[in-house]
Amino acid sequence: MKTICSSHRSPGRPLSNQEKYEYRQLRHHRLVIAARFLIFAFFLAIWEFSAYMGYIDAFFFSSPSRVALCFFDMVKDGTFFTNTGITLLETVVSFFLVLVIGMLSATLLWYSAKCSEILEPYLVVLNSLPKSALAPLFIVWLGTGINTIIVAGISVAIFGSIINLYTGFRQVDEEKIKLIYTLGGNKRNAFLKVVLPGSIPTILSNMKVNIGLALVGVIIGEFLAARRGLGYLIIYGSQVFQLNMKMTERNIPSAFIVLIRPHLFLNQKPAIFPCRSAYYILFYPLSLIPGFFCTPGKDLFPSLLPALSP
Amino acid sequence: MTNPILELNDICYSYHSPKGETDALSHISFQIKKGEFLAIVGPSGCGKSTLLSIIAGLIPPESGEIHFPSPEEKGVEKQCCPRIGYMLQHDHLFEWRTIYRNVILGLEINHQLTPEKKERAMELLKDYGLYKFKDKKPGELSGGMKQRAALIRTLVLDPDILLLDEPFSALDYQTRLSVSSDICNIIRSTKKTAVLVTHDLSEAISLADRILVLSKRPACIKCDIPIHLTISGNSPLASRNAPEYQGYFNQLWKEISNENYMQLPQITRPASE
Repeated sequence: MKTICSSHRSPGRPLSNQEKYEYRQLRHHRLVIAARFLIFAFFLAIWEFSAYMGYIDAFFFSSPSRVALCFFDMVKDGTFFTNTGITLLETVVSFFLVLVIGMLSATLLWYSAKCSEILEPYLVVLNSLPKSALAPLFIVWLGTGINTIIVAGISVAIFGSIINLYTGFRQVDEEKIKLIYTLGGNKRNAFLKVVLPGSIPTILSNMKVNIGLALVGVIIGEFLAARRGLGYLIIYGSQVFQLNMKMTERNIPSAFIVLIRPHLFLNQKPAIFPCRSAYYILFYPLSLIPGFFCTPGKDLFPSLLPALSP
Repeated sequence: MTNPILELNDICYSYHSPKGETDALSHISFQIKKGEFLAIVGPSGCGKSTLLSIIAGLIPPESGEIHFPSPEEKGVEKQCCPRIGYMLQHDHLFEWRTIYRNVILGLEINHQLTPEKKERAMELLKDYGLYKFKDKKPGELSGGMKQRAALIRTLVLDPDILLLDEPFSALDYQTRLSVSSDICNIIRSTKKTAVLVTHDLSEAISLADRILVLSKRPACIKCDIPIHLTISGNSPLASRNAPEYQGYFNQLWKEISNENYMQLPQITRPASE
């Protein structure tokens, strides 16, 4: 056997080559994680130092200590948790709806080649629509509640998701599908026994992309039609910027958490999990939480720019 | 050994594409008797695999008929068509299933996961030396073992006719000899009817009772050579030492190489016709 798993080694041997190898791997992982944190700490130190020395204007750029203070204020009065919670909820709901609708549509397209050929140009066009431009329409159609925001989140991710999943389904080896037919199976068997298990990597990578896109959609929705949520905080902060400089700092916590990505740890499967898919199923929802913090940075800084210009 | 289990009458098949029509099979007729081991040889791309797909019912022939005369001694069930096992060129074991779960894939699909059938799968795994590996993933097995697992997957459905589509061509020479002799023994001992498609002439002579030579595309039957080797025992390796072996080999080689030298142009009729 070429692959030696740690679980197969016989106990009681002094440090074998395999164990040395595992030790080197462990050191490597630790080094990577430590370096990631050091870079972050270094960045914070430079930022704080420049603000303290007046190299940058703390009014516009804030500083880690001010951000931390503001963050504690927000934690204390609860605004942080309510706003983060509502955005998280909306993102997770959009994400799961995208997953369900995307899988069902891709399955349908796979079942009917005719259907997929007819619908293909529509999917491409719908996918290339600027979804943020649709958000005002959703407000007109659905009001300003949570539904609008969830629909905005879905609209950003859904079409790309369908296209990717369908492409993944198509790429399954034709010969393997033929095998199912030689064993007396039908199209449904081919889908359940070959296409679906064979597409799990595609589905997982699709989920990773979708969670980010759903969050972008939700933030766009909140910019326009919310009284709670991170998108609302960002807009609120930049609008009252001229009146109250403290408000700048309100924005920063969300940008800040963006930089911490605990789910980087989750990318490595701990040895205690016997199988990769079980690990993903258990921990994927968990990695949503940091994933959710990952993207608003992109949306945050553009929103500050108009406020800075006058 | 007398009643045919499979009859092909005047089978024709063409592939169609926007560029035109490519004839693959033209007027193929032959019979297979129960328990017979038939080998089909022919130049590559002549439509051998197409022929197997038609026999297996995966694609309907454009014209002609396939009959499965019901075996007389088995009057219990008047089945219109016998069970056909089809073994593909590659093992296509699924990496996400263990060997055991790969082997019972056909049973799952046919809703035959009875305790007896599972027991049978276990027996087959034991017989062919894979029992120890039943909980391994296919990636951990050698090529020969994988091919044997693929054969068990086919056999566990208890097919009446076994179709083998170049099942050894993906293996290295040594494994190929041993796996082909294994598979030959399995087929002989269970008295299955088998159709083997191959491009290896010596394999065909050493394994089969009868060899059909197909012409270049569009394939028609060029000759039908019954093989009689004066060697006792069924071992394909021993068969290669039979005195008649060289004669058969030369005869087949002449038929096949004639085809290759003549290089009939590929007949593609324009779409407009």
